[in-house]
Amino acid sequence: MAATLETAQQVQEYADDGYKYGFVTDIETESAPKGLNEDIIRFISAKKKEPEWMLESRLKAYRHWLTMPEPEWQKPEFPAINYQDSYYYSAPKSMADKPKSLDEVDPELLATYEKLGIPLQEQERLAGVAVDAVFDSVSVATTFKAKLEEVGVIFCPMSEAIERCPDLVQKYLGSVVPYTDNKHACLNAAVFTDGSFVFIPKGVRCPMELSTYFRINAENTGQFERTLIIADEGSYVSYLEGCTAPMRDEHQLHAAVVELITLDDAEIKYSTVQNWYPGDEEGRGGIYNFVTKRGACRGRNSKISWTQVETGSAITWKYPSCILQGENSVGEFYSIAITNNRQQADTGTKMIHLGKNTSSRIISKGISAGRSDQTYRGLVRMGPKANGARNYTQCDSLLIGDTCGAHTVPYIESKNQGAVVEHEATTSKISEDQLFYLRQRGIDEEAAVALVVNGFCRDVLQQLPMEFAVEAQKLVGISLEGSVG
Amino acid sequence: MSQKINPVENFVSGFEAIRATLAGNDLPWLDSLRRSGIGQFEDIGLPGPKVESWKYTRLRPLEDTTFRPVTLADREAYIDQVPTVLPSGLGCPRIVFVNGFMRSDLSCLDNLTEGVTVESLGAAVARDPEWVETHLGRIGSLEGQPLVALNTAMMNSGVVVHVRRGVVVEQPIQMIFIAGLTEEPVACYPRNLIVMEEASQATLVKLHAGLGVSAYLANAVTEVDVGDAAILRHYRVQSENMQATHLGSLHVRIGRDATYDGFGLHIGGRLSRTEVFARLEGEGGHCALNGAYLMKGREHCDNTTVIEHAVPHTTCSEVFKGILDDESRGVFQGRIVVHKDAQGTDGHQLSNVLLLSDKAEMDAKPELEIYADDVKCSHGATTGQLDETALFYLRSRGIPEALARNLLIQSFVAGALDEIKCDAVREAMMSKVVHWLPAKCFLAEEWTEE
Repeated sequence: MAATLETAQQVQEYADDGYKYGFVTDIETESAPKGLNEDIIRFISAKKKEPEWMLESRLKAYRHWLTMPEPEWQKPEFPAINYQDSYYYSAPKSMADKPKSLDEVDPELLATYEKLGIPLQEQERLAGVAVDAVFDSVSVATTFKAKLEEVGVIFCPMSEAIERCPDLVQKYLGSVVPYTDNKHACLNAAVFTDGSFVFIPKGVRCPMELSTYFRINAENTGQFERTLIIADEGSYVSYLEGCTAPMRDEHQLHAAVVELITLDDAEIKYSTVQNWYPGDEEGRGGIYNFVTKRGACRGRNSKISWTQVETGSAITWKYPSCILQGENSVGEFYSIAITNNRQQADTGTKMIHLGKNTSSRIISKGISAGRSDQTYRGLVRMGPKANGARNYTQCDSLLIGDTCGAHTVPYIESKNQGAVVEHEATTSKISEDQLFYLRQRGIDEEAAVALVVNGFCRDVLQQLPMEFAVEAQKLVGISLEGSVG
Repeated sequence: MSQKINPVENFVSGFEAIRATLAGNDLPWLDSLRRSGIGQFEDIGLPGPKVESWKYTRLRPLEDTTFRPVTLADREAYIDQVPTVLPSGLGCPRIVFVNGFMRSDLSCLDNLTEGVTVESLGAAVARDPEWVETHLGRIGSLEGQPLVALNTAMMNSGVVVHVRRGVVVEQPIQMIFIAGLTEEPVACYPRNLIVMEEASQATLVKLHAGLGVSAYLANAVTEVDVGDAAILRHYRVQSENMQATHLGSLHVRIGRDATYDGFGLHIGGRLSRTEVFARLEGEGGHCALNGAYLMKGREHCDNTTVIEHAVPHTTCSEVFKGILDDESRGVFQGRIVVHKDAQGTDGHQLSNVLLLSDKAEMDAKPELEIYADDVKCSHGATTGQLDETALFYLRSRGIPEALARNLLIQSFVAGALDEIKCDAVREAMMSKVVHWLPAKCFLAEEWTEE
């Protein structure tokens, strides 16, 4: 019963203030001029003091990007994006000369993260999580770096990694998501500004959770971060990602790329709580979240697990995928996507089985409310050499209200008789019986809906690390607020 | 043979050549319908891999072979025995077409129930052009459908079935399309029209049979109107020859409290694609679309279905079972669409496939597109191989491996065949399945008789 009360309280708490991360930090920023051309890319590269090869690869991507058509196969509809009407680089002025330690970081920035519930001071309370905080185009602080370096773990902003370990970056960057992959990933390859780099050496189990917190603050700015995580043989890391943005009337573009690589016996667990500003009730404003995330299980017995809670963004376009190359490698995808008002989400996963005895599991829970539209789009492909491969997919959709839409579009391709593919999907509305039962016990309708939805999502929520699970449960409540009655 | 040709141009010039000979070409409405068909086809062209619904099926035979439209002379092919689905002992009425033209010498329409008309499209156009005008091209839309457009331009013959209000037809009516036996590649364009008036009932059995080994194209379009409270059981067998390209589409409108019960068995054809577009337009309507496909060699079989629930309180169910051997390829694309106000919809879809060889391939895309909240919709799709434990069980009981495999395949396919309500048709289809099975061992039925 305690849990029930807690949920009910949380819903009440958030019912009053809606999207509580919608504030703007008033801070002096330094930006590149508006628009996109080769000079802007040179500007970004120069700002980051990058080596020549990096600039070359950016320009190559940019030139290819110009030739690529906009993708049109997705369900969400939106006006064409004017790529020239946006800033591609924006950084707090105080970051111009890199602060050496946390004490030198602009207190205004620290206060912003404090307000978001991510204190950057290395406190004992948070000793379990190391945070890399990315503000618009730059990383402002990374905590617990020293402690991580004791065991050999590299956790730093991408721009720093290019300086510190160019060999690793050159070897792995773009090896999972090549710049030719899709239009948004290509744009990212050309203009990415920061993001996190993680390297876990052989046999190391990362002593704490690693986390990156992305914040868009400046107006008319796109955020293009790039994350690269490499888990060497026998290592393990759990990585969390969170994101928020202020409430603005115009749409902002977020086109990120995440690449994961696991070698023999390594495991990466990647969790996301995506809470970009979703726009208002009429669909004004909000983030276009066009993200390419892909992991390659290169080694034997390696594992990549994606867990995502997608509640924000005006449009989500995101398919975290696993390429299962190594024998016995495992891919997992657990997802909750909640859309309300005018939000649109087209999300799912790809499991590409290449190696023998590879297995994958997909659990997707979609909840649509208001006038939103949601699509699960997934691919399971069994290659000719994937003997004994196994996939299980379950996607359930829940509809709240008669003006929303829920769609399921799985692609199942099998070229191997020894592979087993199972796919199940259901779509239904919240059970009247369950709602009646809860209301009969004095729980008001909105709290009852939140409870039922939490139950519906339980399989996925359980996969989240503790700190995120609490936040995600709250988010489920807030995102659905106003969807009944 | 492999020389690149321009298929669209060929089809268009083929149309110009035969236009004057087409049935009812003197009727202005029919002529303009055909013209709009060829115009649409020219505009869209043949669907390529970029078109989402054609992602898994390429029309290669159309890219490297020139098909000439069939002429009256092709009808005279010698047929010593008419292939049928149901045993002739049952005495079911039948209408037979050879290379697209009706052959009255092979047909047998004497003992039709009163209130039922079964005739060729040409005969219907000549007898009652107004009636044909009010029904033809009303359900199958040309919009974005190049193959329907092509058929609309070229249509010359096909079967017209009209069951009048309240008439209940007990005996299944067979519609048999025989193709092949021509020296050069030909194309025929059967256009079928089935109109079930209010509260009528009928069972139709359609067979596409390919004889000989010559290549041909069958581009068939069937429009079905199931009136309020009517029941149509529509069972189809596609057993074209190894060189044939079969591109069929079925357009069904289902009225209030009406039932459309469809089943398709596919056991032939180099390339076959069957598209079904069913639209539930009256409350209480039910649509069943079931099917089985058994492919070997390099055959390619594509089943694409779209079921639209346009009004509240309608139901649908779909069960498809596939067996893929050798280098064959199966495609299943099933979409259930629930429109905005179609509350109370109940829709279920299932696709199960067995791969018998390492070179066989299955691509499935079951889709749900839902815009109403008070619905229950689900789909399931599996791909795998024969259950090793079941095989072991049978072998441990002394059943030879080849036979045990056949038994398991048979029971797997039976999961779809069981949906057929008419016993005679179900048995006939099962015997077709049994004949398809590898013949290297004695057949299951012989074995059980011992």
